Amino acid sequence: MKTFENRELVLPGDVLYIGRIRAGENTYRFGDKVLATRIGLVEYGRGTVSVIALEAGYQPLIGDLVVGDVVDMELGYWYVDIDAPTLAQLSVPDATGSPYSPEIVMPEILDVGDTIAAKVVDLDRKRTPILSILGKGLGRIEDGLVIRMTPSKIPRLIGKKGSMVTMILKETGCDIIIGQNGRIVVKGSSREQEDMVVKVIRRIEMEAHTTGLTNRIQEYLRCWKEGRL
Amino acid sequence: MSSDEEWRRVDGRRWNELREIRIESGVLPNADGSAYIEMGRNKIIVGVYGPREMHPKHLARPHTGILRCRYHMAPFSTEPRRSPAPSRRDMEITMVMRYALEPAIFLERYPRSTIDVYAEVLQADGGTRCASITAAAVALADAGIPLKDLVAACSAGKYEGRIVLDLNDHEDKYGEADLPLAYMPNLGSITLLQMDGLLSPEELERCINLAIEGCKKIYEVQREALKRKYEVKKEAEGN
Repeated sequence: MKTFENRELVLPGDVLYIGRIRAGENTYRFGDKVLATRIGLVEYGRGTVSVIALEAGYQPLIGDLVVGDVVDMELGYWYVDIDAPTLAQLSVPDATGSPYSPEIVMPEILDVGDTIAAKVVDLDRKRTPILSILGKGLGRIEDGLVIRMTPSKIPRLIGKKGSMVTMILKETGCDIIIGQNGRIVVKGSSREQEDMVVKVIRRIEMEAHTTGLTNRIQEYLRCWKEGRL
Repeated sequence: MSSDEEWRRVDGRRWNELREIRIESGVLPNADGSAYIEMGRNKIIVGVYGPREMHPKHLARPHTGILRCRYHMAPFSTEPRRSPAPSRRDMEITMVMRYALEPAIFLERYPRSTIDVYAEVLQADGGTRCASITAAAVALADAGIPLKDLVAACSAGKYEGRIVLDLNDHEDKYGEADLPLAYMPNLGSITLLQMDGLLSPEELERCINLAIEGCKKIYEVQREALKRKYEVKKEAEGN
């Protein structure tokens, strides 16, 4: 038995369903009830109930593009803060493509304090994220502006098949790297451009759970371009 | 002795009346989640960080996350000024907060990590441990930490021979008994039960039931606080 309307706002502990159903994402079963674990929008599917979280921390998954800071290093690997529950590891082979040798001077490749774009290639048996910077667009970030956003709202910033982000790129002329962990690197040719992207991202964050967002953002950007803001 | 209905407490409340309560979520931009609560003259701000890497690392547990709390009263929160150093009482409430919140959190999902909860009492007027737990639950939900249920906390007790709800500082100091209780309304389970003073078994039962009723009212305020953040955005949808 449903206890909410589809896409209604629910809070942790709200009873979403009474009876037999599969408990999907951000829900759990307690006796014959299914309850929510996070703030979000409830979604009743076929034989399953889940919650689209509006607030959630970052949980690393294999294949994610992330933006992080190098916070420490040891012989053979760097520790990277990617806002996950634990620090991520980046080993020398994953950074240079060749095995570790004593001749390598690690700070020359990456030093503490560097910001990097990396890919999560694996989760080891302790579930520590393993990163790699081998690949196009990955590696140390030389300049730009790093801003943060709730990781659960990143899909809205990307949009369906990247529609939102390509639109923002086109309208503002900025370069954006979106980390799945909620860190976004904005690189523009002027400060005004970058500020505009930040404003747009803040707006998407505020209105992430509403419909027709891409059109509204496009209108907003058009106003800015025509100098009407 | 006047009847229960006519009788008024020192601050003019009825025996089963809560103080005015206001909660706001997401007040600290630098924290992962936060909440501010005003309960009568109590003013408390709570920040939540995590799940994040545990430091010092030897405290991390391989199979579960750890909840760390800090309850602290600002030097200016009481009259007279109070030393900012953590007192025995602060340490007790720190522990009590952890015990009250732990059952609500899926800590086993975050091995080797920690969730930190910092509660800072800006102004105190009795019942700060309950208000801190109430606000901490809102802050945890705001941080996106998976919870089994929200935790609401409220006290009941005995003052001038009568059972009363939500004791203030005066009633706490000069009353016969004080019973703080934390409760998960959807699961119907008590996560904190303390008692200070003397109550007969019948009075104890009445106090517990009264405090649970209070928790349910506070729970509604918590819900409103969490929902308010998204209502603004709902309006945007209408445009």
